[in-house]
Amino acid sequence: MKLDTIVKNTGLEASRRFAAPSLWASKRWQGRLSLTLTYALLLFFGALVTLPFLWMLSTSLKQMDDIFLFPPKWIPDPIVWSNYPRALSKVPFLLFFKNTFIITFFAIIGTLVSASLVAYSFARLRWPGRDVCFFIVLTTLMLPHQVTLIPQFIIFRELNWIDTLLPLIVPWFFGGGAFNIFLLRQFFITIPEELDDAARIDGCSYLGIYARIIIPMSRPVLAAVAIFAFQNHWNEFLLPLIYIHSRSRYTLALGLRLFQEQYWVDWSGLMAASTVVMLPVLLVFYFAQRYFIQGIVFTGVKG
Amino acid sequence: MAVRASIASRLNLPAGRLARREALVGVLLVMPWFVGFLVFLLGPMLVSVYLSFTDWDLLTPAKFVGLKNYRKMIFEDPLIKQALKVTTIYAFSAVPLRVVGGLLLAVLLNQNIKLKSFIRTVFYLPSVVSGVAVAMLWLWIFNSDFGLLNLILNLFGISGPAWLSDTRYVLAAFVIMSLWGVGGSMVIYLAGLQGVPTDLYEAAEVDGANSLTRFWYITLPMISPVIFFNLVMSIIAALQIFNQAYIMTQGGPQNASMFMMLYLYFNAFEYFKMGYASALAWLIFFYILALTLLVFRSSSHWVFYTGSVRGK
Repeated sequence: MKLDTIVKNTGLEASRRFAAPSLWASKRWQGRLSLTLTYALLLFFGALVTLPFLWMLSTSLKQMDDIFLFPPKWIPDPIVWSNYPRALSKVPFLLFFKNTFIITFFAIIGTLVSASLVAYSFARLRWPGRDVCFFIVLTTLMLPHQVTLIPQFIIFRELNWIDTLLPLIVPWFFGGGAFNIFLLRQFFITIPEELDDAARIDGCSYLGIYARIIIPMSRPVLAAVAIFAFQNHWNEFLLPLIYIHSRSRYTLALGLRLFQEQYWVDWSGLMAASTVVMLPVLLVFYFAQRYFIQGIVFTGVKG
Repeated sequence: MAVRASIASRLNLPAGRLARREALVGVLLVMPWFVGFLVFLLGPMLVSVYLSFTDWDLLTPAKFVGLKNYRKMIFEDPLIKQALKVTTIYAFSAVPLRVVGGLLLAVLLNQNIKLKSFIRTVFYLPSVVSGVAVAMLWLWIFNSDFGLLNLILNLFGISGPAWLSDTRYVLAAFVIMSLWGVGGSMVIYLAGLQGVPTDLYEAAEVDGANSLTRFWYITLPMISPVIFFNLVMSIIAALQIFNQAYIMTQGGPQNASMFMMLYLYFNAFEYFKMGYASALAWLIFFYILALTLLVFRSSSHWVFYTGSVRGK
């Protein structure tokens, strides 16, 4: 007996014809429901994540008394822009900004130059002991820094570098951090080696290959390294806390704490200052988001 | 090799000399790292071992005291037990929440939705701005009378606790704060999710698997390496929590947030007990190492690498 006739005889066909569209409809309905639920959840969590930022901004623009209102006013009335100049003149903010900028700028230069040269050597040049050394780099990647914190402090004390910006800059010229070496090396080995060979045949030196082939081809990953370094140095707190004591050499991170040392906390001033400190990082993130995400993806998934 | 020989002949050099020149350049380029490794890492680690067997206040010469610091650490100092306890409680609450929360957000975001990259940015923003400014912001949010958190709780008729000055709530406050940065792990998960081949899902759908089973039997195993990566990174970060605690509570109230790194900092740079602090550093180091190794050991049971299956 043919299948069709069985189906007809048992009336299965009718039920199937009936069931099919409803199943299809319920599927679509299900999809819509889950999509709505997704949006609702994302909206809820998104609001939770955004609220602290809005709260900071709102507080930074409030007049003193409005800070202590219940229920809180989210939109300040009047908007007190003068909180910003007031907060920034309360402590020598411009000086702190300059110090932080100097540290961040030179530390990034050190990291980029140093890590890329080392990574180039690991990725492209053949020398005895290379693989052992790279293995050491990978091992140091896992080492938490607390063990070396005190001896490093002693080294810089012997060098009379305490209370200068040098301990926060100079180490980055010595390799630029194991993580960055690793990241750059992983990227460099994906650049076709034929390019090097062609350049060699044309008489290009090793440093020439580094400068004319490897570096120009690695702009995205170098950008990612620079941005991460910027973020780290700008936000760094523990090391300046240990090494810098004079107020004239404070970084922004240390300077913000001066607001805490008063009898009462000037919340609107503190929030204004915090906003200004966060702003450069947020701006860099906004304009370089692509490199940020790429860098994270590269380290998290391929690393 | 053929290329190398041709380069050598082109440059009028014997191949051996070319290789030697390459090795010379290679070693020279690595030198800065090597010097840094010796001066800033290996040397300091050895010095740290030595220091942990001494009493040293930076002013008078270091005095060798044998195992005294370690004995004190294990048998006499109640604060170190407190530090281990609160750090462990913090890590064991913050890490799972971060790992699961990040995954949940990533799964939500990985659907066919609009404004995906904008939403991703919103969630990622908090992890961009770590540091003192963030700690200051949260100090204000946790303010018991006028902080955002208690104002919101007030709307629901709950009178919130004094988060940062109540021994029962201070750790919860730090956990909440760390959850704010969950977008950092979310971004990594998202990348992992996008690497899961769609034909697996299609095949499962044909076989009648619903979305929950698809998640359980396909998504989870496929991104388990990413979960593993996030887990290890979160553990290491959580056990080293310092900035927030130093700025917001200084270890208080009654040492309820005296995290290990904070205790190390106080011993080294406020009490100038360099020897004892070095011993503490090694304790922290081995504690982190032990937990990380435990996760690594467990990984063979739950982390699934596609490469190994293709081989079978």
